[in-house]
Amino acid sequence: MFHIYCPYCEEWREEEEFHARGQAHIQRPLDPETCSDEEWGDYLFFRDNPRGIHHELWVHSVGCRKFFNITRHTQSYEILETYRMGELPSVTAESVLPSAATAEASVANEKTEEVRA
Amino acid sequence: MQRYSGFALARHALSHHENWQRQWRNPTPKKAYDVIIVGGGGHGLATAYYLAKEFGVRNVAVIEKGWLGGGNTARNTTIVRSNYLWDEAAALYEHAMKLWEGLSQDLNYNVMFSQRGVLNLGHTLQDMRDIQRRVNANRLNGIDGEVLDAAGVQEIVPILDCSKRARYPVMGASWQPRAGVARHDAVAWGYARGADALGVDILQQTEVTGLKIRDGRILGVHTNRGDIEAKTVGCVTAGNSGVLAGMAGIRLPLESHPLQALVSEPLKPILDTVVMSNHVHGYISQSDKGDLVIGAGIDGYNGYGQRGSYPTVEHTLQAIVEMFPIFSRVRMNRQWGGIVDTCPDACPILSKTPVKGLFFNCGWGTGGFKATTGSGHVFAASLAKGEMHPLAAPFSIDRFHSGALVDEHGAAGVAH
Repeated sequence: MFHIYCPYCEEWREEEEFHARGQAHIQRPLDPETCSDEEWGDYLFFRDNPRGIHHELWVHSVGCRKFFNITRHTQSYEILETYRMGELPSVTAESVLPSAATAEASVANEKTEEVRA
Repeated sequence: MQRYSGFALARHALSHHENWQRQWRNPTPKKAYDVIIVGGGGHGLATAYYLAKEFGVRNVAVIEKGWLGGGNTARNTTIVRSNYLWDEAAALYEHAMKLWEGLSQDLNYNVMFSQRGVLNLGHTLQDMRDIQRRVNANRLNGIDGEVLDAAGVQEIVPILDCSKRARYPVMGASWQPRAGVARHDAVAWGYARGADALGVDILQQTEVTGLKIRDGRILGVHTNRGDIEAKTVGCVTAGNSGVLAGMAGIRLPLESHPLQALVSEPLKPILDTVVMSNHVHGYISQSDKGDLVIGAGIDGYNGYGQRGSYPTVEHTLQAIVEMFPIFSRVRMNRQWGGIVDTCPDACPILSKTPVKGLFFNCGWGTGGFKATTGSGHVFAASLAKGEMHPLAAPFSIDRFHSGALVDEHGAAGVAH
């Protein structure tokens, strides 16, 4: 059972008050009319599915009914932070893997250490 | 391969059953194979078996990071049915159903396939309309099905609460008599034994750590037991498909979630069919051993922990007790979770990729077990010919860009 800190209610509440609504920070294309099928399909259907740190959109559905974000580890299930809409996460995959400063390095790191196929 | 038979059983009894042949070898990896299957679950082993048997490709390796029957194949609720709504899905699952019907004979291995029928209950008027539509679609596709009213359901399952007192009274059901259950471990073991006998190398405790790709072509895989070459690689790794695709720089529209199930203490025979309800959301059957096998939904959030959450267990058992008040005092023995890769349209991905020679078979979500036979068969055909089998073609990854989705949330049976 998760206990989740709602950044709007500013209280810890039980998991069952909340609903996960998928990946956070997904930008709707600014000009849908000029989108290619690839861009539109990517926006609609393709999501990050990391084994590790994930930024998610949740809603406090039986509480304040507001959407907010959670940074969570998908293997340990540890909730690393919750933050309001419009704010940026302070914990990211890069920030917990200090050796992997660039995106490339983080992919390489994932291959050697995190990946369990 | 020593064949199993009544005679063999009697003969081996004379030597106290000490001389049975091992079911499959434990070979050291060769340097190269014609085809590598990554993932030794039911679908992967079935693919290898049909590749060797039907398509004559025998120089095949199945690479499995754990042991056979240690993943989702042994973490499901063993239900087999083909009552899907859309033509593309119905054709694929019915193809699987026909293979199930002859599987034990084909493999010379008792997979305990039992066509005890599946009921999908309806609790609202809209449920009943959807059921009507689905059964009609099934029958047009040559798949058996009937619409039952509450009295008809009560006749098949006397212990189900079909009274008006229930919070969500049963109004009726769809009924597929040919559907049923199969022993999940036996399916993996039977396919492994059959594939091994045809020359397939099953490499357990072997983990793929990377994919060897040059000039947009697959050349092989890196593993913890050295590099293995192959011009054709099929990835059948369920919950880990996204991770594997990442190694090839490919993005899949998948999200991995824990799906859990639980079994009760063993009871005397009390339930001789499978009962599913989308509305209150639980499904239940009784194994030949006597325990009630109960399925739950997926956790709402992404996860790779093979356990699942308490709220989901509670929700599922509420649904079961709502349908079967008689089970309210039954104790649950154990609970487990498997990682399923869910697709936005609740249908699998059977597809080529931008990397030549690299194929994916994934995204089965919560309904992969029933498709084991058909999935393996059409995927083997696709790997052997380099082109997707006609039954697999509608499930290509292109559909997420063309918009030709096969939206099967209704018949998939589990909300995700």
